[in-house]
Amino acid sequence: MSAREHALKYWYPVAMVNELASGQTRETVLLETPLQLEATADGNLNASAHKQSLSVQNAFDHWWVTLSDNPYPLFKVPEAAETDRRFVPCGVVRVLCSPLRAVENFLDIAHFPFVHTDVLGAEPHTEVYKYDVKIDDTHDEVIASNIRFYQPQAAKSAEGGIETQYIYRVPAPMVAVLYKTCPQREDAMDVIALFVQPVDEETCDVWPWMALYDDTSSMADLIQFQQFIFLQDRTILENQLPRKLPIDPGLEIPTRADLTSVSYRRWLKKRGAYYGALEGR
Amino acid sequence: MSFTLYNYVLSGNCYKVRLMASLLKVSYEAVSVDFHPGKAHKQEPLLKLNPAGTLPVLVTADHEILTETQAMLVWLAQQYDVDNTWWPAHNQPQITGIMQWLAFASRLSATVGELRLHTMLNKPLDAAPTRAGAIKALRELESHLTEQRIHGHPWLAGSSPTIADIACFPYTALSPDANIEHDNYPAIRSWLHAVRCLDGFITMPGIFELHTLRNPAGADASPLSDTVA
Repeated sequence: MSAREHALKYWYPVAMVNELASGQTRETVLLETPLQLEATADGNLNASAHKQSLSVQNAFDHWWVTLSDNPYPLFKVPEAAETDRRFVPCGVVRVLCSPLRAVENFLDIAHFPFVHTDVLGAEPHTEVYKYDVKIDDTHDEVIASNIRFYQPQAAKSAEGGIETQYIYRVPAPMVAVLYKTCPQREDAMDVIALFVQPVDEETCDVWPWMALYDDTSSMADLIQFQQFIFLQDRTILENQLPRKLPIDPGLEIPTRADLTSVSYRRWLKKRGAYYGALEGR
Repeated sequence: MSFTLYNYVLSGNCYKVRLMASLLKVSYEAVSVDFHPGKAHKQEPLLKLNPAGTLPVLVTADHEILTETQAMLVWLAQQYDVDNTWWPAHNQPQITGIMQWLAFASRLSATVGELRLHTMLNKPLDAAPTRAGAIKALRELESHLTEQRIHGHPWLAGSSPTIADIACFPYTALSPDANIEHDNYPAIRSWLHAVRCLDGFITMPGIFELHTLRNPAGADASPLSDTVA
C-alpha cells in the first residue's frame, strides 16, 4: 500500500461548521485531490472530488471528510460532550511543512522558552522533567503523561506564572490533542487540539480547536491567544529541513526530552503512516 | 487611558502601532477584534468606527477616530515624543524623507501584507502579480538602505530612527511569512537588526527577539556593531 493510500483511510477537517453561508462554495485540496465544498440551505456541507460526492461528518466544530469508502472511525474527544466548556475553533492556518511535522512540533515541550518566550516558557526554566510515554493498546494512540513545565502565561485566563501539567494524545497520524492545567478550575483540564488537513506531503492546512473552561475572556481574545502561539510555531516549522519528517533513526538525533516524538515516529512507522514522512537515513 | 486600539495580534499594521507605542512608552487599551476567522472587522460594530473595514482603528481620548496606520504613527509621535526625534517637525529635509517612506509603507502593506494573508491564512488573491510587486518594493528599499549605509546611516530617513522606519519595518520583517526570504537583501537585514536593537522594541509572531538583548554577553549592542559603518 502506498503512503497516500494509507492516508486516504482517515477523516480530515476541511472547514469550520458555520464558516460558509448557505450556498457558498469553496475549493480546497486534500491529499493532492482538489475538493469542492458547498454549504447547503439546511446547514450541512456537500463535499465532492472529481464530481463524486464524499462522506462528510460534523465533529468538534469542523466538517470532516474522507476520500475512502471504508475509512477508520473518527477518533473520540469525550470532553467535546461537556457542554459547560467553551468550544473555540480558531480558523485555518496554511503551513509549508509536512503534516506530520506540524503534529510533532505540537507534541514538543522543549521549545517553549525559546519560541513562545514569556508565554509558554521562559529562561532559565528550560528543563524538561522526566515524563512517561506509552502506546495505549485499547485505542492504539500515543499517550504522553506526567509532563510538567513552568509557564509564565499558560493560558489567556492565567494570571502570572504556574507550573503546568500536560497530557498529550495522538489519536490519528495527523491529529494531536493536549490536556493542560486549567488556570480557572483545579478539577478539570483544558483541551487544545491540532487538526491537520494534508494538502500534499509538504503543505498542510492546520485547524486549531480548543475546549476550555474560561468564563472571562472574549472569544476574540481566546482565538488570538491560540493564533499568537501557533504563528510563532509556523515560522519554525517552515524552516525545518528536511521538510518531510524523518521516520527512521539516524537523520535526526533525539534526546530524552524528545521521547514523545520518538514514540510518535515509531507509531507512524508501525501503522505504515508514511505520508509526509522521509524514509531511510 | 491615552487611546484605544482595535487590534488583531497577527496584523503587521496593528503591530506598527503597538511597536510605536512601546518605543514611546505609552500605555493604551487594546481591544481584540476577531479578524480571522470571524471577519469581525467587516461587520458592525467595527464598520461604524471604520467604514473601510480595515484594522487597526485608533480612538483617542477625545473620541477622534484614526483609521490609517501611517497617520496613527504621526499622531503618536506628535502626542508623546517629547524629544521630537521620531517626527522631527523642525527638520524639513528629514520630514520630506519621512513622508516619502510613510507613503511607501502602504505599498508594502498592499503587496507583502496581502501576499502574507494569502500564504498564511488562505485569503483569495492573484498571487503572482502581488509577489512581483512585493519583490519590486523590497528591492527599492534595499537600494535606498544601501545608499544610506554608504553615508553611515542605518535608518530610512536621516541619521536617526523615525516613524518611517517603524512604518516600513513590520511587513519587511514579516516577508518570510509570505515565502519571501531575506537572503537577497543584506542592507535590509542590517536595518531590521538595527530596529530590533531599539530600546522598547517588542515582538510579534514571525518577528523574534534578539537573544543578545536579554543577556548581553559584554558585546557592543549598538545597531552597527555587526556591520561596517
